[in-house]
Amino acid sequence: MDYYNLMRIFAFIHLLVSIPHGYSNYVETKAGQFFSSGHTNNWAVLVCTSRFWFNYRHVANTLSVYRSVKRLGIPDSHIVLMLADDMACNYRNPKPATVFSHKNMELNVYGDDVEVDYRGYEVTVENFLRVLTGRLPPSTPRSKRLLSDDRSNILIYLTGHGGNGFLKFQDSEEISNMELADAFEQMWQKRRYNELLFIIDTCQGASMYERFYSPNLMALASSQVGEDSLSHQPDLAIGVHLMDKYTFYLLEFLEEVHPASQANMNDLFKVCPQSQCVSTPGHRTDLFQRDPGSVLITDFFGSVRKVEITKDTINLTSPVEPPIQRSGSGDIQIESLTYVDQLPVAEIIHQKPKQKDWHPPDGFILGLWTLILLVFFQTYGIKHLKHIF
Amino acid sequence: MHCKSLWIKASAKSPAKDQFQEELVIRPLHSGDIYASFQFRTLWDTDFLQEGQKKVSHYRLFPKSLGQVLSKFSVQELHISFTQGFWRTMQWGQPFIPSPPGAELWVWFHHTVSDVDGNWKELTNVLSGIFCASLNFIDMTNTVQPSASFKPLGLGNATDHRFLRYATLPREIVCTENLTPWKKLLPCGSKAGLAVLMKSEKLFHSSFHSQAVHIRPICQDEQCTSKAWELRQTLNVVFDHYTSGQGKKEWSLFKMFSRTLTEACPLASSSKVYVDITDNPELSPATPLLSQAVVLGDRRTYSVYDLTRAETFGQLRSFNLLLRWKGDNMLRPLLHAERYVAGFGLQTGEIHTVIYNNHPYRAFPVLLMDSVPWYLQLYIHTLTVTSKSRDNKPSYIHYQPAKDRHRPHLLEMLIQLPPHSMTEVTVQFERALLKWTEYTPDPNHGFYVGSSVISALVPSMVAMSTNFTQDQPLFSSFVPVKEESSYFVRVYTEPLLVNLPTPDFSMPYNVICLTCTVVAVGYGSFYNLLTRTFQVDEPSPPLAKRLANFIRRIRGVPLLA
Repeated sequence: MDYYNLMRIFAFIHLLVSIPHGYSNYVETKAGQFFSSGHTNNWAVLVCTSRFWFNYRHVANTLSVYRSVKRLGIPDSHIVLMLADDMACNYRNPKPATVFSHKNMELNVYGDDVEVDYRGYEVTVENFLRVLTGRLPPSTPRSKRLLSDDRSNILIYLTGHGGNGFLKFQDSEEISNMELADAFEQMWQKRRYNELLFIIDTCQGASMYERFYSPNLMALASSQVGEDSLSHQPDLAIGVHLMDKYTFYLLEFLEEVHPASQANMNDLFKVCPQSQCVSTPGHRTDLFQRDPGSVLITDFFGSVRKVEITKDTINLTSPVEPPIQRSGSGDIQIESLTYVDQLPVAEIIHQKPKQKDWHPPDGFILGLWTLILLVFFQTYGIKHLKHIF
Repeated sequence: MHCKSLWIKASAKSPAKDQFQEELVIRPLHSGDIYASFQFRTLWDTDFLQEGQKKVSHYRLFPKSLGQVLSKFSVQELHISFTQGFWRTMQWGQPFIPSPPGAELWVWFHHTVSDVDGNWKELTNVLSGIFCASLNFIDMTNTVQPSASFKPLGLGNATDHRFLRYATLPREIVCTENLTPWKKLLPCGSKAGLAVLMKSEKLFHSSFHSQAVHIRPICQDEQCTSKAWELRQTLNVVFDHYTSGQGKKEWSLFKMFSRTLTEACPLASSSKVYVDITDNPELSPATPLLSQAVVLGDRRTYSVYDLTRAETFGQLRSFNLLLRWKGDNMLRPLLHAERYVAGFGLQTGEIHTVIYNNHPYRAFPVLLMDSVPWYLQLYIHTLTVTSKSRDNKPSYIHYQPAKDRHRPHLLEMLIQLPPHSMTEVTVQFERALLKWTEYTPDPNHGFYVGSSVISALVPSMVAMSTNFTQDQPLFSSFVPVKEESSYFVRVYTEPLLVNLPTPDFSMPYNVICLTCTVVAVGYGSFYNLLTRTFQVDEPSPPLAKRLANFIRRIRGVPLLA
C-alpha cells in the first residue's frame, strides 16, 4: 500500500518535470516545420491541349484544378492558364458562360472571375515550352510569363489526348516526354523552381514522366503505360462527357482541403484507386529530396505565406506633391481647338496620292539591268562607244 | 484645322481633377428584343503627352494600366471593341456605338512618334495581356492604314494618316475572361453602381454582346482651350425575347440581368438610367423626369431615373424596372449594308457588297473600306459598282494591293448613293494555296475575312444640336456633331467565312511510307538479282536416318540416300 502510494507520487513528480521539457520539444518541432519547406512563392501552369466541342471534359478538368488552386490562395497573377478552345461561349453550349464539372449542372467551374492567359490558337508546343523556360519575346505581357525564381514551388497540370511518350496539342502537333524532361532540366539549370509537382491526366500518362532526370520533381499520372484514362459521366442536357475520372476524384479530394489543412502527398497518391478509376494511377518520387509524407498539399496547390510579426514601428515617407503648374505671367495667346470633320468629302476627293518613299531597286531589277548592260557592252565593245555617243 | 485664338489672363491651375459618370439606356426594339447600353465615362484634365512635364504618377479614377499604356506608346486615340454576334440593322435599327464581330482595334498615334509600326506591335501585345485576348495575332498581315476612313473622334490637329493603324480579328471569341479585366478598369469595379448588373451568365446568353473601350482627348469646356482625356467604356447587349424573355414582350431588370440595383457608384458624379418611351410602353415605377434627345437623326423621349437620389430606390432599397409594350413601329434605317461571297468551287469566287439607301429623296456619299487578307487574290480589273443597274463611278478610289505574307488588300471608295436605291459592289478573287505550316489546327472551318466598314454622313429628318455641353446624356454625345442637317454613322457588314483549298495533312506520312516501300521493294529486288548466287547445300538428314546410317556403317552395308 505504501509502496503503491510512493510509486504514484514518484510518477506524478516525474510527469511534472517532463512537461516543460516536452513543451520545448513541441515548440522546436513546430518551428522546424515552419521553415522546412524552403519555398516562398507558388506558381501554377495549367494547360488544356484539346480542341473541339467533344473535348469539353479536358477544359473542365483544367478549370476545376484552376478553381481549387485559386480557392487555396494562388492569385491570378501567379497562374498561367492555357485553354486550347473555348467551351463556355461556344455556340453549342446550351448554358453560355458556364463549364460544369458535375452532371445536373451542380458546379460551375468557369465562374465569374476567370482570366485565361493563352487561349485558342496560342496554345502550341512552342508557346508552352517558352513559358516554362522563360524564353519569351520582350513584348510579352506579364500575365503571360512564368516569373518564377529559385524559391518557387510550381504546379504543372496537363490534360488532353496522349499516347506512349507523347501528348497531342490541338490535333496537329505533339510534345514528347524527352522534350518535357529537357525543358525541366533547363528550368533547373536556370534556377527557375525550388520544387515542381507535375500532374498529367491523359491516356498512358505515366510514359510522360519516365524520362525526367532533374532533381526535385514529383510526378503523378492518371494511368500506366498501356492503359487508357476514362471519362467520368456525360450530361444529357449538354451532350458531352463532363470530366475525366481521375480529375473528378482529384477535385473531390481537393474540395476537402482548406488553406490550413495538413493533408500530405501520400493522401494525394491514394486518390482514385483502380476500383474507382479503372486505370491505375501512378506516381514518381525518386527525384524528390523530401519524404512525400512530409510534403503538404498546400505546398503546391495553395499559396500559404509565412508571415513574421514585428512590433517595431516603420515610418512611411510623405507622398510626393505634384508641382502646381504655372503657365507664364501676363496675357498669353491660347488657340481654341476643334474637332476633326468625320467625312470631309471635298477634302477626300481632292486628296493627292501620298508620296511613296523611294526605295533603291532590289535584286531582280539590279540583276536585269546588269545583264542588259553586259550584253550591250559585249556586242558593241568599249572602243566603239565613242562612235555611238 | 481652323484655329481661333483667345486672349485670356494667365492663372495658376489647380491639380488635375477627374470625374466619373455612368448611365444605362434601355430601348425596346420593334422585334420584341430589348437593347441595353451601358456607358461609363471618366474625364480627366491632364495631359499624358506633354513634354517637359513631370510624368503623371497619381491615378484616382482613371485606371493606371491604361494611363501607362497611353504615355509609353504616345497614343492619341485608342478604340478597341470585342463583339460576339452580329448587329441586325434591319430588325434593330442603328446602335449607339457600332462594332464589328470579333475584335477591332484602331489607334491614332501622336505626331511625335518616329516608329509607328514598332509602337503598334508592342501596343497590341500589351493590350492582349490587359484584356486576356489574343490580340498578339495582329501583325503586318492584317493591319491596314486607311487613307480617308477613321478620322479621329477626338481633338486632333494633324490628320496625317501615317499615324493611323487599323486591324480586326473576326475570329476572336468574347467570354467571361474578357469581361473580368474590363470590369476591373471601372472605378467601382463590379461592386457598386450599374456594373453590379453585369453577370456573365446573362450577358452572354444574348443575341449580341459588345464591350468596348474608347480613349480620346476632348474639349474641357465650351471655349475649348484645353484638352481633357476621356475614357469611355461601353457595353451593348441585345436580349432575345425568345430565349431569355420566354416569348413575351415583358421585361424587367431582374429578368434581363438576374440582379436589381441597390445603389449608385459612390465615386460617380452622375448615375442615370434612361428608358426609351417614344413608343409608349408601360413602365413601372413611373417617374416624372423626362428628357428628349436627338440621337441618330431621330427625336426620342426618355424616362430618366437618377440613382444618386435615394427616393429612386423606394422602400425596399432596390430598384427594379418593369417594361411592357405593344406597339411596334420602327424608324426604318436609312443606310444598311450586306456582304456575301458568290461562286462555287475552291478556286475562284466573287465578293458582293450591297448598300441600301432608304432615304426617299436625298442622295448622300458613303466611304466604303474593305480590307481583304492576302490569300484571297483580288482582281481589281473586275471591280464594278452599279446603282439601279447603271454604272456608278466612285469619286475617290484608293487601292493598295496585297503583298503575299506581308500586307492585306486595302480598298477605299467614295460612292454617291442615289436616293431610294441599292448599290452593288462586286469584285472577283482567286483563292491561294497556303504553305502547309500556315494552316490553323482546324483549317476545314474556313478562313475569316473582316467586315467592311461604311462611313457616311446621313441626312437627318430632325435638326441635330451642335452645342457641346457637359450635361448632355452620354449616348448622344459620342460622335462630335459639326452640322445640324446630318449625322455621322458607321455601318459594319457581315464578316465572310471562306474555304481555302486544304491539303490532306496525313499526306507527308503516306508519302514517306509509300516511297520507302517502293524503294525497299524495287531496289531490294534489283540488288538481289545482281548479286545473289545460288549454291547447292545438302540438308543434314533427319536423326532417324543418321542413326540408321551409323548402324549400317558399322554393319558394312551400303548407306541410305
